Amino acid sequence: MLDYLGWIPALPLIGAIINGLGAGRLPRKVVSAIGTGTVGLAFLIALGCFQALLQLPPDQRYHLEQAFSWIDSGDLSVSVRLLLDPLSMVMVLIVTGVGFLIHVYSTGYMGHEKAYGRYFAYLNLFTFSMLVLVMADNFLLMFFGWEGVGLCSYLLIGYWYQRPSAASAGKKAFVVNRIGDWGFMIGMFLIFVSFTTLDFGRVFAEAPGRLMMGSPMAVAIALFLFIGATGKSAQIPLYVWLPDAMEGPTPVSALIHAATMVTAGVYMIARCHILYVLAPAALTVVAVVGAATALFAATIGLLQKDIKRVLAYSTVSQLGYMFLAMGVGAFASGIFHLMTHAFFKALLFLGAGSVIHALSGEQDMDRMGGLKKALPKTHMTMLIATLAIAGIFPFAGFFSKDEILFHAWESGGPILWAVGVIGAFLTAFYMFRLYFMTFHGPSRLTEEAKHHLHESPNSMTIPLMILAVLSLVGGFIQIPLVQGGQKLSEFLAPVFADVSHVAGAAAEGAHGAEHAGMGLEIALMVISLAVAASGIFLAYRFYMVDPAAPKRLGEQMRGLYKLVFNKYWVDEVYNDKIVEPIRRGSITLWQKFDAGVIDGAVNGVGRQIERAAGLLRQAQTGSVQVYAMVITLGLVVVLGYLALR
Amino acid sequence: MTPAPTIPLVYYQVLAAILFTIGVVGVLVRRSALIIFMSIELMLNAVNLSFVAFSRQHASMDGHIFVFFVMAVAAAEVAVGLAILVAIFRNRDTANVDDVRLLRG
Repeated sequence: MLDYLGWIPALPLIGAIINGLGAGRLPRKVVSAIGTGTVGLAFLIALGCFQALLQLPPDQRYHLEQAFSWIDSGDLSVSVRLLLDPLSMVMVLIVTGVGFLIHVYSTGYMGHEKAYGRYFAYLNLFTFSMLVLVMADNFLLMFFGWEGVGLCSYLLIGYWYQRPSAASAGKKAFVVNRIGDWGFMIGMFLIFVSFTTLDFGRVFAEAPGRLMMGSPMAVAIALFLFIGATGKSAQIPLYVWLPDAMEGPTPVSALIHAATMVTAGVYMIARCHILYVLAPAALTVVAVVGAATALFAATIGLLQKDIKRVLAYSTVSQLGYMFLAMGVGAFASGIFHLMTHAFFKALLFLGAGSVIHALSGEQDMDRMGGLKKALPKTHMTMLIATLAIAGIFPFAGFFSKDEILFHAWESGGPILWAVGVIGAFLTAFYMFRLYFMTFHGPSRLTEEAKHHLHESPNSMTIPLMILAVLSLVGGFIQIPLVQGGQKLSEFLAPVFADVSHVAGAAAEGAHGAEHAGMGLEIALMVISLAVAASGIFLAYRFYMVDPAAPKRLGEQMRGLYKLVFNKYWVDEVYNDKIVEPIRRGSITLWQKFDAGVIDGAVNGVGRQIERAAGLLRQAQTGSVQVYAMVITLGLVVVLGYLALR
Repeated sequence: MTPAPTIPLVYYQVLAAILFTIGVVGVLVRRSALIIFMSIELMLNAVNLSFVAFSRQHASMDGHIFVFFVMAVAAAEVAVGLAILVAIFRNRDTANVDDVRLLRG
């Protein structure tokens, strides 16, 4: 089955090409069949590969598939080669599996759209790029996927390009991502300078020998790559594009801006974990940025009114947890949370999409409420997802978040842990705020929306149910404390085995602590459960029992309320301090330098030549006799000179 | 037989130079295309005269061969030139070169 590895990314690409070229000409049924079919088939192949991988002994689960040599120039030699190991296997399964469900959902959600073919072409192209990203075996191919998903993200955010807000949101996402890509590229250049290769296998194998532990080069590589990750995975300070990305269709938000693309940064750090282990300072930066983002974005999520924006800030916050896990060296836990988050966040977005669909496009939670009866399936699945993200036992989010918090306490110290726990409390609160405001309480629907209210079609609710099941049971592949319960960690162990070699004694010490910390782990678990429960209870008090309470509190703390409600004015500050000066500088450069100096030089040369030609053309009278006269006189002069010399 | 007194070479050359100059001046100053043609013929024949004189002086046939070539080319040139001239005259009712200054920059 591993021989068919190349088909996994190739199938969505074929789908993208067919749907892209046939956009507007193919009938909708064909577009749906190709769009979902190619991804579904890729998922089946991925399952087959997974099966094949499991049959290999753990230390041989590393499969390379050479497609062709891409660049071969001097020292630089880059191949298009796919890598399948447990880490990329997990990512491939998430991308194709969740991706397939979202493709199916899209056939219902986007069914009324005019540009149906274009939508599926972009979605398939995204799947292809993401698969290339996670299956690449060198930095350049990974960067190709990295840019590809950025492009598709831009195209899909601006899917409704007639809407100026969507067009500018797409542009913002692209520009902010470019800043991150700049960091990624610098990191890649530094890697090439240090290793004269970009192949993962060689770089990671040689890293411990070539880079001194904590050397400036190791830290620089790790930090520049991390800048790339902050852009793609929406971390402080580059998270600003993700909430705006909600301008795109909701399934896109689910697939790209929640489940897969934004996790690319997490995957990249997990893939390059050895470089980060060699740079403890960078690892600390990752942990601090992750924890700060987790808390910061959660506070913004508290007061948002748009259902999708709440989820967007929640995504930023959850990604912060994954980076926190990476930063404290708990790579497998980060990937675990990545996976469970893909399940429940995709479900939340799709559920929100179902609500929006039912309300004919309404996204403001102030105009929702009491939808429990009208949308029973959506309500049930959303409740499961909300419990999962809040971290309630036994839903998936409980296991993954708890594992991260445990590792944060163990390797990062109580401060990072406390930040994470406060974030978890806020998460439980704002998610249940969303849940209560949407499904419970009095109906605040407009008459128009009330009239059209309906449960979504099966093509939308079935993916919801599958994801709900996954959100329910997804955590059981990594059960803490139970011997042999950590299936995911075991599966990923060969990938992260080199960490203990490199970190040596330090890692061994941590390992010892893990055994000693059983009681501690249970205690932390109870605390975080209690925290989540109190968050839910508070949300219940505020939005069910006493709906006037949030307003009263807002009045009492007016300054704070306004600060958070306006998202700390980060967008405004960025706009004033960074975007505007650059814009003004660019305009000056354009008007003075470009229009003046460059255009001036080019046009000036042209004008001078024209003037000289104007003078010369006087000589061309058209009278042959004048020419003959000139020739004769010239002859006379020459002969005279020769004669008199 | 006493050899006939020969005309010195320089006489031929002076005559050729005079004929050539007349031809050049004719080409430069006359406005009628026909006269210009005739002037060109005059220049060609001045050269021919010069060739023949040198040929005799050096007792060589090379000059004669050149003259034949020049005459043949001149005949061809006149044929083409006159044809053009006739065509222009039919179209424009003029043979004045000042009236056909079309290739002016």
